[in-house]
Amino acid sequence: MSAETQTTVEAAPREQAEARLRPIRWKFPITYAILALISLAVFALLAPAESQTQFRLATSTDFFTIPAITVPSAPTAWVLGLALAVLAALALLRAVQRRRLGVWHPIVFGALFVLAFLVWAGAGRGAVIPLVTVLTGALALSVPLIFGAMCGVVGERSGIINIAIEGQLLAGAFLAAVAASLFTSAYVGLIAAPFAGAAVGALLVWFSVKYHVNQIIVGVVLNVLVIGLTSFLYSTVLTQSPEIWNARQQLPALPIPILSQIPIIGPVMFNQTILVYLMYAIVILLQIFVFKSRWGLRMRSVGEHPKAADTVGINVNRTRTINTIFAGSIAGLGGAFFTVGQGLAFGQEMSAGQGFIALAAMILGRWNPVGALCAALLFGFSTSIGNVLSTIGTPVPSEMLLMIPYIITIFAVAGFVGRVRPPAAEGVPYIK
Amino acid sequence: MKLELKGVTKRFGTFTANDQIDLSVEPGEIHALLGENGAGKSTLMNIIYGLYHPNEGQILLDGREVSFDGPGDAVEAGIGMVHQHFMLVPVFTVTESVMLGYEPTKGAGLIDFATAGKRVTDISARFGFDVDPDAYIEHLPVGAQQRVEIIKALSRDAKILILDEPTAVLTPQETDELITIMGQLKAAGTSIVFITHKLREVRAIADRITVIRRGRVVGEATAASTETELASLMVGREVSLTTDKEDAAPGDDALQVQNLSVIDASGHVVLDDISLSVRRGEVLAVAGVDGNGQTELAQAILGTRAAASGRIALDGSDWSKLNVKERLNSGLGFVPEDRSTDGVIAGFSITENFVLDMYDQPPYANGMAMKPSVMRAAAVEQTDRFDVRLGTVDDPVSTLSGGNQQKVVLAREMSRDLKVLVASQPTRGLDVGSIEFVHRTIIEERDKGTPCMIVSTELDEVSNLADRIAVMYRGRIVGIVGADTPRDVLGLMMAGVPAEEAASQAAAHKTTLSEADEVAEEEEL
Amino acid sequence: MSVQGAPGSTQPAAALKDAEGRAHYALRQLGQSSWLISVLAVVVALVVGAVLILAANPAVQSTLGYFFAQPGDFFATSFQVIRDAYSALFRGAVFDWQAPNAQRSIRPITETMVNSIPLILAGLGIAIGFRSGMLNIGGQGQVILGASFAGFIGYAFGLPLGAHVLLALAGGVLGGAIWGGIAGVLKARTGANEVIVTIMLNNIALFLLAWLLRQQWFTQSGSNQPQSAPVDESARLFGLLGDGFRVHAGFLVAILATVFVWWLMERSTLGFEFRAIGENPQAARTAGISVGKATALVLIVGGALCGLGGAAMLLGTEHRLTPGIAGTIGFDAITVALLGRSKPLGTFLAGLLFGGLTAGGVLMQAQTGTPIDIVLVLQSVIVLLIAAPPLVRAIFFLPRPDGEPRARLRRRRSKTDPPRDDADPGGQSTDQVPDEHHQEQGSHR
Repeated sequence: MSAETQTTVEAAPREQAEARLRPIRWKFPITYAILALISLAVFALLAPAESQTQFRLATSTDFFTIPAITVPSAPTAWVLGLALAVLAALALLRAVQRRRLGVWHPIVFGALFVLAFLVWAGAGRGAVIPLVTVLTGALALSVPLIFGAMCGVVGERSGIINIAIEGQLLAGAFLAAVAASLFTSAYVGLIAAPFAGAAVGALLVWFSVKYHVNQIIVGVVLNVLVIGLTSFLYSTVLTQSPEIWNARQQLPALPIPILSQIPIIGPVMFNQTILVYLMYAIVILLQIFVFKSRWGLRMRSVGEHPKAADTVGINVNRTRTINTIFAGSIAGLGGAFFTVGQGLAFGQEMSAGQGFIALAAMILGRWNPVGALCAALLFGFSTSIGNVLSTIGTPVPSEMLLMIPYIITIFAVAGFVGRVRPPAAEGVPYIK
Repeated sequence: MKLELKGVTKRFGTFTANDQIDLSVEPGEIHALLGENGAGKSTLMNIIYGLYHPNEGQILLDGREVSFDGPGDAVEAGIGMVHQHFMLVPVFTVTESVMLGYEPTKGAGLIDFATAGKRVTDISARFGFDVDPDAYIEHLPVGAQQRVEIIKALSRDAKILILDEPTAVLTPQETDELITIMGQLKAAGTSIVFITHKLREVRAIADRITVIRRGRVVGEATAASTETELASLMVGREVSLTTDKEDAAPGDDALQVQNLSVIDASGHVVLDDISLSVRRGEVLAVAGVDGNGQTELAQAILGTRAAASGRIALDGSDWSKLNVKERLNSGLGFVPEDRSTDGVIAGFSITENFVLDMYDQPPYANGMAMKPSVMRAAAVEQTDRFDVRLGTVDDPVSTLSGGNQQKVVLAREMSRDLKVLVASQPTRGLDVGSIEFVHRTIIEERDKGTPCMIVSTELDEVSNLADRIAVMYRGRIVGIVGADTPRDVLGLMMAGVPAEEAASQAAAHKTTLSEADEVAEEEEL
Repeated sequence: MSVQGAPGSTQPAAALKDAEGRAHYALRQLGQSSWLISVLAVVVALVVGAVLILAANPAVQSTLGYFFAQPGDFFATSFQVIRDAYSALFRGAVFDWQAPNAQRSIRPITETMVNSIPLILAGLGIAIGFRSGMLNIGGQGQVILGASFAGFIGYAFGLPLGAHVLLALAGGVLGGAIWGGIAGVLKARTGANEVIVTIMLNNIALFLLAWLLRQQWFTQSGSNQPQSAPVDESARLFGLLGDGFRVHAGFLVAILATVFVWWLMERSTLGFEFRAIGENPQAARTAGISVGKATALVLIVGGALCGLGGAAMLLGTEHRLTPGIAGTIGFDAITVALLGRSKPLGTFLAGLLFGGLTAGGVLMQAQTGTPIDIVLVLQSVIVLLIAAPPLVRAIFFLPRPDGEPRARLRRRRSKTDPPRDDADPGGQSTDQVPDEHHQEQGSHR
């Protein structure tokens, strides 16, 4: 159907012009260069000579035991540092050629950098670095983040900004603890938790959709409301008779036969409670259904271009309402991890800002279930390393390590990790 | 299918958008709904499409009364609509866009992409559309996006197709293709409602014409009616379709653009080695289909878009290092393309909008302290001079109609001592009265000796105002030609054909519209 | 501010008067009054709070056990519990008629003033952001930085009396401005969403302070406790009412800041730029306003005010830096700014109200055992309701004012759709009518 045979001024040299005019992107090479320099100047140069770093990889239940690995600290750090320098140089070369790097590059670079850091941090401490403990801790710390991030993905894909993830997690934790305690069954708590998150989601969407209140503001205020409510009830009812209202209940670990005995992976991934298995299922199902199902297509259309959705007969506000409430139930379920998931009683503000990190993970994961999962794992990992290193004593203050997720997120939203593109109609109330 | 409206009325508060509208569209008919901007055409179509519910009146399909609770019901009943602003999700593929709301699934709610894709290719093949079902909407040119919209409507077996200002974004030749498609659809028995405010199109395309003005049906016409008749019916009085103006007395080159290139955020060249100059006392019109770099050219001159290379100068002094404010202060008058997003701040008062680009200049401010009384007095004086219909200047500018808002913008820009005027789409969305006013104002400014550059996608406006015409295509200037260049030639140039070749092609290959024009001219003689 | 949801009516008031009775007109005027909505929101919040207090009260619970036998007991106990709690709240916030002497009686209102100082200052900082289309959630971090800078200058530098306190306050301003500026500059240069960046900066500030308080060079306290040395006498804000009262010169700072913010936003070219980028950044850019510079400045000025709030609190009452120095001031400031509708005077009054709730909450907790957390519930309910005036009107059966985009959908769908009585601002252009209401919405994005 294109216009009939016409000789047009075809832009033959257009691509050359683009190549010539496009500015060189110095951002990545410089970042890599700085990190490589740190690893050489700090990790390699400052690693005590003659000292060694030990990594433990095994647990007692594995099929076979991988012996602890001991490496000479300084030489290893040097090798890793030089490898990082080579990767940085490659990034520089590609940038000057105005060509892109493969996905492998940041992953390899990141892994080597973390390894170099660990070699340095563990050098000459006498203590081994228990890798399995680090990874198990990472997953445990990630669980509420992942649930929260999935909640964010579903809500924001349908166009509702959810700052109230924090409140949903906390509400879920509260209701799970109370329900489990009343019925003396952790599983009852698990069933109850989603309702708490859904209730917060319902409030969020009610104010956003019906009254067009700014969604970020509703979210912020709902967090305060949930903190106030749960703290108030904690200080009154729960504290008056904790044995009835706030007795500890724990979900049992359900090791999956065979899988749980695989070295490293097994104890980390397959010796978990049902809550963690549910999490695996939710991430996988969301990844498929958001992009391949009728529900997902409609949800995304509502978040991207609500008017277009309306003109094909999709009820925009109903779609948003349902999805935000559903999303809230996911976060509520995640909140159960704080209490029944870990066998703890409810405590005031026990979600401790995890909801905000979950929000960050969602953004870093670019509103994508699997992306958000990776980001949440990254955050859990950095916190876990921080925890482990602070027990064995390291040259790096634990506060600095705990800041890492937040700093990474700032870099991410500032565009250092590629263009982040939120759903177009996010936060905009749909009014005809 | 036959569509009838009886006494349809739609009110928004105290304002009546549609007043007792009667309309009937016969099966297999192309029925044009003609009316100027703001006459209530789109409201009426949104009622038919189920987006609004009328306050009074009936909609009948094949004699049966229907009531739609939403677009879904309308689609169900066989009505399809191609909106002026396409209802397509930019990040979706063509297939996803077409199936949205009517997804074929294969259990568990998972989409059957194969079936959906086949539906797209089937319809494309039937009408000879060249559309890749897996292409993303945001990567498609507007013409192709329009075809996706048509496929969308056809995939739901639309018996009545509403096209809302479908030619606004097309070149004359693309419009020709659209006319061909409409012919095919008509032959297949589809009724088409064609909404437009462009007089020449309706006569060439429509079987019957209904004219509405201020929400009321003011008459029916046939393709045999003359443009002048249609125009006076549409506007409600005799209108001169052209602005009277003296021949230009151009002076020296004032605004010079040399080898200007601009790259957008994603690294694409949007302006490619542009050179042009505007002389004192002339209007240079920049013509082209939307999205061919005109917006970026105007922005580069204003300074809101950085030049990758090249130079912009006014009266010999280089502007490359100046920021927006410095350019405005050195005498650039700028009327932005999109009034509501760039021209005015809706929540600000008329006074505040009047000083929007002078708020920190004397006499309106002294250092950081602004002088509200001085601002107000100036706003009162200038809005009066420009005949802005307002309550008080303290009201938000959003309480004004589009035409009056544009007058505020013009009053603001013209109240300064201009060295050059750049106006983009100065009359987009305005009613005929306002258009005449804006055109006169621009010509007055030209006659004062100010160099004027007008960017417009409307060929009517271009030929009306221009002393010279620069045609742009894909970020380049295809050619700069005289004001008397025929429309078909301009149309071909807007599709990238160089001026001379365009002239010979146009002579050999007349478009439907220009043939109709010639017939009309003969009739009038 | 889109959250106000109070659209301007263009319908001539005279016409309305003709069409309706005078009383109804007056009622309608009331329904549009933002003050009335605010008052009613407080009433609803107190009712919600009362329900919670009752639900958690053992005495009331026990009367419920035999409710059907003696319902009077339940109501009597409930009344007493609520009266005790709220009278304690009032006595703790305004005037304590049960206090042993006059000084103790008027002390509550001065405590309210003390509490309100950081809330007002930080609230003004947040409000500037709101007016400029930026959601600064980072008040917390900015308060922490402000307090840290002010505190460090206060105990580490030896300076003469007047200069010391001024320099310490200036340090607070600088600290807050830096923290706000990070978000501002990032948004201006890269478009980074300020909501996310400021939330992240809050947490970073928390860890930064925790780390600083473990460093001897910073704390100068000579102890292992995570707290700093007290600020010098010369760096403290002087008391306004002498011994026995904590209210200090910070309150004057808050009043000055309120006036300054009014001048800045309403009368200065910078404020014009701030409001312009808040309403429509694209039009502002086209008009020659440097949107990047203004964006950065909004968060710098806002951060500076939050920092000043932190500094005033530290130099006026706390005197020592601790990990939890900022409490929840930064978050409360958001609700203060919302309640004050981002206007300087409104923010000032909202700060006083929330300061009073906190002051009263302390007495209420001490005397009736009602946890002070109830104040958080009251605050959030108040803000939610104020953001949704139609909801408040629905609760109190007030008539709907003109032009409110409420329940549009349902009305459209009803088969017997009556003529709409609400005016549509600027509806002369039919084809644009449906879009008009968008202008009120989403100005933050």
